[in-house]
Amino acid sequence: MPNITLTVNGEKMTCTVAPDEKLLDTLRRLGRTDVKKGCGEGTCGSCSVLIDGRLMTSCIVFSARVDGAEIMTAAGLGTANAPHPIQTSFVKAGAVQCGFCTPGMVLATKALLDAVPKPDVSQIKMALDGNMCRCTGYVKIIEAVQDSARVLAGENEVPHE
Amino acid sequence: MSDVSDLKVVGHSVDKLDAIALATGGEKFTADEIPPRTLYARILTSPWAHARIRKIDTTAAMKIKGVRSIITWQDVPRVAHTTAGQGFPEPSPYDSFTLDDKVRYVGDRVAAVAADTPEIARAAAEAIEVEYEQLPPIFDPRDSMKEGAPVIHDEPEARMIIPVPYDKSRNLAAQVTANVGDIEQGLAQADVVVEREFEVHQAQHCPMEPHVALAYVDGRGRLVIRTSTQVPYHVRRIVAERLQWPIGKVRVIKPRIGGGFGSKQEVLLEDIPAVLAIRTGRPVLLEYTRGEEFASSRTRHPQIIKIRAGARKDGTLTGYDLDILMNTGAYGSHALTVVCNSGSKTLPLYRWQNIRFRGTSVYTNLPVGGAYRGYGATQAYFPLEVVLDELAEKIGMDAIELRQRNHIRSGEGSPIFQALGEGTEGVAQTIGSCGLAECIEIGAREIGWKEKRGKAALQTGPIRRGVGMCCLMQGSSIPHVDLGAAYLKMNEDGSFNLLVGATDLGTGSDTVLAQVAAEVLGVPASMMTVYSSDTDLTPFDVGAYASSTTYLSGEAVAKAAREARAMIIEVASEILGCPVEDIELVNAYALARNGNKVQFSEIGRHSLYVKNQRQIQGAASHVTRKSPPPFSAQFAEVEVDTETGQVRVLKYVAAVDCGTAINPKLAEGQIQGAVLNGISYALTEEFVFDPRGRLLNNDLNYYKIFTAADLPDIRAILVPTWEPSGPFGAKSVSEIGINGPLPAISNAIYDAVGVRITRAPFTAERVLRALGRL
Repeated sequence: MPNITLTVNGEKMTCTVAPDEKLLDTLRRLGRTDVKKGCGEGTCGSCSVLIDGRLMTSCIVFSARVDGAEIMTAAGLGTANAPHPIQTSFVKAGAVQCGFCTPGMVLATKALLDAVPKPDVSQIKMALDGNMCRCTGYVKIIEAVQDSARVLAGENEVPHE
Repeated sequence: MSDVSDLKVVGHSVDKLDAIALATGGEKFTADEIPPRTLYARILTSPWAHARIRKIDTTAAMKIKGVRSIITWQDVPRVAHTTAGQGFPEPSPYDSFTLDDKVRYVGDRVAAVAADTPEIARAAAEAIEVEYEQLPPIFDPRDSMKEGAPVIHDEPEARMIIPVPYDKSRNLAAQVTANVGDIEQGLAQADVVVEREFEVHQAQHCPMEPHVALAYVDGRGRLVIRTSTQVPYHVRRIVAERLQWPIGKVRVIKPRIGGGFGSKQEVLLEDIPAVLAIRTGRPVLLEYTRGEEFASSRTRHPQIIKIRAGARKDGTLTGYDLDILMNTGAYGSHALTVVCNSGSKTLPLYRWQNIRFRGTSVYTNLPVGGAYRGYGATQAYFPLEVVLDELAEKIGMDAIELRQRNHIRSGEGSPIFQALGEGTEGVAQTIGSCGLAECIEIGAREIGWKEKRGKAALQTGPIRRGVGMCCLMQGSSIPHVDLGAAYLKMNEDGSFNLLVGATDLGTGSDTVLAQVAAEVLGVPASMMTVYSSDTDLTPFDVGAYASSTTYLSGEAVAKAAREARAMIIEVASEILGCPVEDIELVNAYALARNGNKVQFSEIGRHSLYVKNQRQIQGAASHVTRKSPPPFSAQFAEVEVDTETGQVRVLKYVAAVDCGTAINPKLAEGQIQGAVLNGISYALTEEFVFDPRGRLLNNDLNYYKIFTAADLPDIRAILVPTWEPSGPFGAKSVSEIGINGPLPAISNAIYDAVGVRITRAPFTAERVLRALGRL
């Protein structure tokens, strides 16, 4: 059984994984339950994490392949008492319903805005294509992404409601 | 009070209370807290659509290291029950068993394993040796009641526990009829008559979190079940019944839920981890895979619908004959009530002079139907609204005008309200609030109806555009049946705990209910801490279904809050030394007429520690007397590629009257989500079976649900009215949105290319075929 070292949300951890173990299962086993399992087939995006800054569905990544990597989950982006502006925008826009897809969705947003700070709507739609949501119809999620782009660019937040 | 302008909390889009914890990953769903020593369960499912289990041998499987328990039909009590999470007595047939020696569809339960790891459980399930005697299956519901058809439920125990038609020897799971006037006479008096057959298809809810349940026996010997459910109290009752345990020794906890849309109004898997936990003395987790969620969960009941409808040239609607054959699959979960709602939620919308309705639910050997957002209305609005368009065209009237002349208005009733309930007779009611006329007007303007309707003839090239519309109503709770309850207490800092049985499955009902309480108490919603759905700690509620929570549980919360409010005023009057009549509560202060005031934190402290100590609290329950419908007018603009058959929705407008939107942003979210689910259902979602009845596309790659990239321009418009019987004028909003896309898109396709698509989904293939190009 391989030993691997991961840095998860800035915390370095060493663990033993089975050769065919997926990163999603490793992370959840280590208590990182903010990473959700929606399909286990790399389709729904609920398990999205940033691996060395790249958005990946952790359910189809072998843990042994990412030895030494830096992993960021939604909890690493921000917490309830110190949320990241993207997370705040999701709340303000009403983009969170059941919230099962949201941890992956905010990380997909982070990956997008890191690469394209001011995306247009079609860029947002394409960037979120790998993250399914059955509750919201995506309308308010797209508004949340636009809102967080404005906030991160230092523009005034559009007042809500 | 009859409008929202005076309201401080209700009618405002306060942040959803759990949203920041969800967005930062801090909220716990069922599988997010696994106790030490938890075992993992796996169900072995049937590879055959219809078979008897002749022999089942678990010897080899039990020998695998790490396997702790295996159960087959021989190991569990044989208790006939329904998996439908409905109130008692359930109007669904008792035709299910925890495990049985017969399987009735591919994906049916055969045996279950508990093991140290999910991998071992899976390997052990595969190592169970089963000898099946195959029986002839039924896949087409039109064959189910034919002479000599195989009997799917030949077991003696299967029965209906309420007096309604049920005949398992003919595969009849349920039947309902209702008549108004004389349909034949009505059609004879018509100037034009339309006759058509429609097919509405099977689909899966696809909540992002598949079904999951954790069970353990606690230190006191009680069974605790943490489960992803919309109906915790029904889970407690039905699991206790299946296991033959006392209800008082079962606790059901609903943590955060990753969506349900009706699929979790089903007591689907809790009994298996419960039995395994009792047998092993260890916690047991059962998580459905996505594949199991498709094949072995619940689905939208498919229907074959025959319509005859008549109108006179002046737009009088003389008769509507609705004949539905519904396929309930292998078990009759919601088999009666879904088809009832196909009538009761659609027939009152227009003033038909004569109505005949017949709904027949039959068993087949296909995946099981169940509750799905819209609940029968989604199926039956498709034919109704397409046929209305057709009648309008035949009498030379604009489709909107025909609807405007005939739709129900406030102050009016319908004989259908009394005739059709949820499996039994309904309840007479008159409409208290109806904003449908405004919805039509606003929606028509937003889509550009006048400019765009009927303009296909002016277009050239292979791609044509068209617009279509429909009108809708739903209900709000099941009158005289649904019960909700709430408890509320004040803390010494002036904050409150609100405990409700109502089940937030991601809709935001915790927030909506907090807003109702906060409004009554004169505090911001942020001063409410809501705990919902724990059968040990929260009062009863039927759960999240039938569009009931805001209207029903909201009123229970308002009542409880009014009790607490009276106590707050009493304590304030003691502190301020003035009569209770002189006190009002504003922004967490009690204000006396003489200008004196006292803060809630002081009132709280005084009540608990200072003098005349008592707990400021309120407890109340509420049962509804009516089910006021929300209304909606929906409009679709589509593009049809006449060479490929591809249909694209460009713009979709949903104007909705839900009374007062307690939280407008959450209400819009309900509409947008429901509409996109409906569009996805209308265009791409479809079950594909092989000839043996095995679902071929049981994953999210080949069962196509819409993603952000597919999103058309969706406009959700709230059209406020005031429902006198609802909390702060509110009605329901969660289901109605999903009913529109089938008819609105079909009507828009007709407007674009002149063909009626009557079989859903509207795939490129079906459109090309209708165009005569395939």
